[in-house]
Amino acid sequence: MTEREQNLRQVLQEGAARTNTESVRRRITIDPVTRLEGHGKIDIFLDETGQVERAYFQVPELRGFEKFVQGRPAEDMPQITSRICGVCPTAHHMAATKALDHLYRVDPPPTAKIIRELVYNTFMAEDHALHFYFLGGPDFVVGPDAPPAERNVLGVIGKVGIETGRKVIAMRRRWRELIALTAGKSVHPVFGLPGGVAKRVTPEMQKQFQEVAADGVEFAKFTLQLFEDVVLKNTDYVRMILSDTYTHRTYYMGMVDDSNRVNFYDGSIRVMTPQGKEWKKFPSEQYLENVAEHVEPWSYVKFCYLKPVGWNGFSEGIDSGIYSVAPMARLNVSDGMATPLAQQAYEKFFSTLGSKPVHHTLANHWARLVELLYATERMTELAADPQLTDTTIRVLPTEKPREGIGVVEAPRGTLVHHYVTDENGIIQKANLIVATQNNAARMAMSVEKAAKGLISGADVPEGVLNRVEMAFRAYDPCHGCATHSLPGSMPLLIRVRDQSGKTLATLRRDFDGSVRRD
Amino acid sequence: MTPTKPKVAFYWCSSCGGCEETVVDLAEAILDVVAAVEIVFWPVALDFKRADVEAMPDRSITATFLNGAIRTSEQEEMARLLRRKSELLVAFGSCSHLGGIPGLANLFNRELIFRAVYLESPSTENRDRIFPQPRYGDDGRTLSLPEFHNTVRALNQVVEVDYYVPGCPPTPRILRTALQTLLGSDLPAKGTVLAPDRALCDECPRKDTKPETLSITECKRPQDLMIEKQTCLLAQGLVCMGPATRAGCEAPCIHGNMPCTGCGGPTSRVQDQGAKILSCLTSLVGSKDDAEIDRILNTIPDPLGTFYRYGLPGSFLRRKIMSGTEGPH
Repeated sequence: MTEREQNLRQVLQEGAARTNTESVRRRITIDPVTRLEGHGKIDIFLDETGQVERAYFQVPELRGFEKFVQGRPAEDMPQITSRICGVCPTAHHMAATKALDHLYRVDPPPTAKIIRELVYNTFMAEDHALHFYFLGGPDFVVGPDAPPAERNVLGVIGKVGIETGRKVIAMRRRWRELIALTAGKSVHPVFGLPGGVAKRVTPEMQKQFQEVAADGVEFAKFTLQLFEDVVLKNTDYVRMILSDTYTHRTYYMGMVDDSNRVNFYDGSIRVMTPQGKEWKKFPSEQYLENVAEHVEPWSYVKFCYLKPVGWNGFSEGIDSGIYSVAPMARLNVSDGMATPLAQQAYEKFFSTLGSKPVHHTLANHWARLVELLYATERMTELAADPQLTDTTIRVLPTEKPREGIGVVEAPRGTLVHHYVTDENGIIQKANLIVATQNNAARMAMSVEKAAKGLISGADVPEGVLNRVEMAFRAYDPCHGCATHSLPGSMPLLIRVRDQSGKTLATLRRDFDGSVRRD
Repeated sequence: MTPTKPKVAFYWCSSCGGCEETVVDLAEAILDVVAAVEIVFWPVALDFKRADVEAMPDRSITATFLNGAIRTSEQEEMARLLRRKSELLVAFGSCSHLGGIPGLANLFNRELIFRAVYLESPSTENRDRIFPQPRYGDDGRTLSLPEFHNTVRALNQVVEVDYYVPGCPPTPRILRTALQTLLGSDLPAKGTVLAPDRALCDECPRKDTKPETLSITECKRPQDLMIEKQTCLLAQGLVCMGPATRAGCEAPCIHGNMPCTGCGGPTSRVQDQGAKILSCLTSLVGSKDDAEIDRILNTIPDPLGTFYRYGLPGSFLRRKIMSGTEGPH
């Protein structure tokens, strides 16, 4: 190689090196995010100064239920669509069953409605309790900055005592046994039919429901008291809940009864503006006029927004159609709770947080417990109903099927099933809007905002793992299944990479909760 | 904690999380499980697991329970990795065992599913016809998603499987028994399905009402009749998968007054569950006249989705052949 060639080569190499240095845009990948039903991934891009430029919350999975239910008999939908989610199968089962009522234009007898709502509230109770004790609770009961090794359900038990731990396991088991007794199975129930339910409730079963319901109310009161003692009496927690990092001013959606009170099983869909005014109240059959889904090339999930307001990117405020569902949203869109103790808890929720709507994502944890109390009180009411044990539990459909829409409030929010069939009741088209999608856009914003507020540069502090996770965990009563956290802390890996993909730093949290740098 | 505890891993692929709930539904017994084994891996942290599991010596995990079918490139990679690292790989639940309900997607292909979800859905606004991309550059930032395959596969169509635990989901009792069996000293023959090898009818609470001979003149759908709570469901005219389905679940659907839909898969004497129920039902058709036989069989509106509800990928049929699905998957 001549000297000239060598010089040229050197210049080129230096230039390339300089270019590389100048264009360093680092990347942090949280893959997977944890305590998520299904798979999730967060990609965070840092600019040259180490500040967060953009963060993406990705869902890397798809199964395509809308397509493969085509050709199936409509009456199989409650059992087929429950397989969308094994953590909240009862929600899909019930939305599908209600869609069948609508499809066949058949009104179930009163007893069937009582049985359905009783089972549904039992399910809401066990699911909400699961989230508080196993998933969201550890962040507060043990503390967001506690040693990660303690920040899990075992830490919760350590704080509140083994007796309480056993109480939680036993309570949840009893709720789920009742679901199985009435609905066949707790994971993937079989009892929903157009026009009613497959199995009646006997007087013996009613007695069991009454006993468990009464114990459930006490359990819910105990849990709310625990939240008050541990969270509300801690000014640091209250400050964190109120902080801008975990706040978004969006629309809210949820189902309400005729008096605008929260209802999980039936009612109208009510939407509030970010300012707390009623934007619209509409019957579930009109969902298509009000809700649309946006597609991004970087995620398999679709992002819901209010159709008349429009999609204006990942932004908040009155001009962005992005809205939120799930417990806090349901409280925000309602004028109150239909049971006395839950009503008291509802009033305290808003008087303490000082405004309505509440925009603080972490307040979902509190709202969930208000709903837990409502679910147990509602169980008590329904279990005491003398009509519960009537033997008329079905009306056989006689109308020709064509189109049906069914909506319930899943633990995670509004859930829509919409079927079009041929005249033989065979599915031609199905459209499903699941709770996660309603929250997907706001959740993506929450993750980005938390990342921007908490991450600065490659030197990622350990606590950031948990605090970024807390941004989506609050939405997430169903995604995170207790299975994932039982043996300890969730493993998590954060990698900081340069643009070429080279790993600059790795931060790892192990199953035992220990955090280490590689 | 003793260092000699067997290592157990749980992982999930294309599934709903119901199999995970079974583990939680062990309720108080979960404490015994945690005491008896060292759980080295749990189904949430994909990338972590990959790095962490790759660092483990091969075959160092005593038993991995993998639930969910294989639909994406990522799931396939994880199945291969876990196979290498595990002494025993257990297909846990219907999806992993036979393909499961998501396996009904094998009646379609990737393009049809993408079109239905991202273009044709009445609530989807997608004028620019955007589809999720395996690699996508957003202003210089590259994002990736796993590849979505054309075909859903059961676990044993991707890697070698040692044992199977049936059910959608498996019951806590079946899981408990399977754990005891696998952690015991007397392992069953490779390939065993860890549940009783007899038909569901055998443990059905209504088995005494099953007629010696049945003559089917019409198949009814559940909304067509008031289902009586004590009589054999086949005798009531419903399609019950009990005769072609493995027992062990203790018939919870029958206790719920609804027919068995077949999630337990076939017994060891049956290779194809759908063919088995088909042969069972056709032998009961109460006519010798071709037109009448056709009429009777046409009262089953969706034979394929009914007979292969949980097992299309693992059956002889496997998938519907259509253009664009000629590749390996």
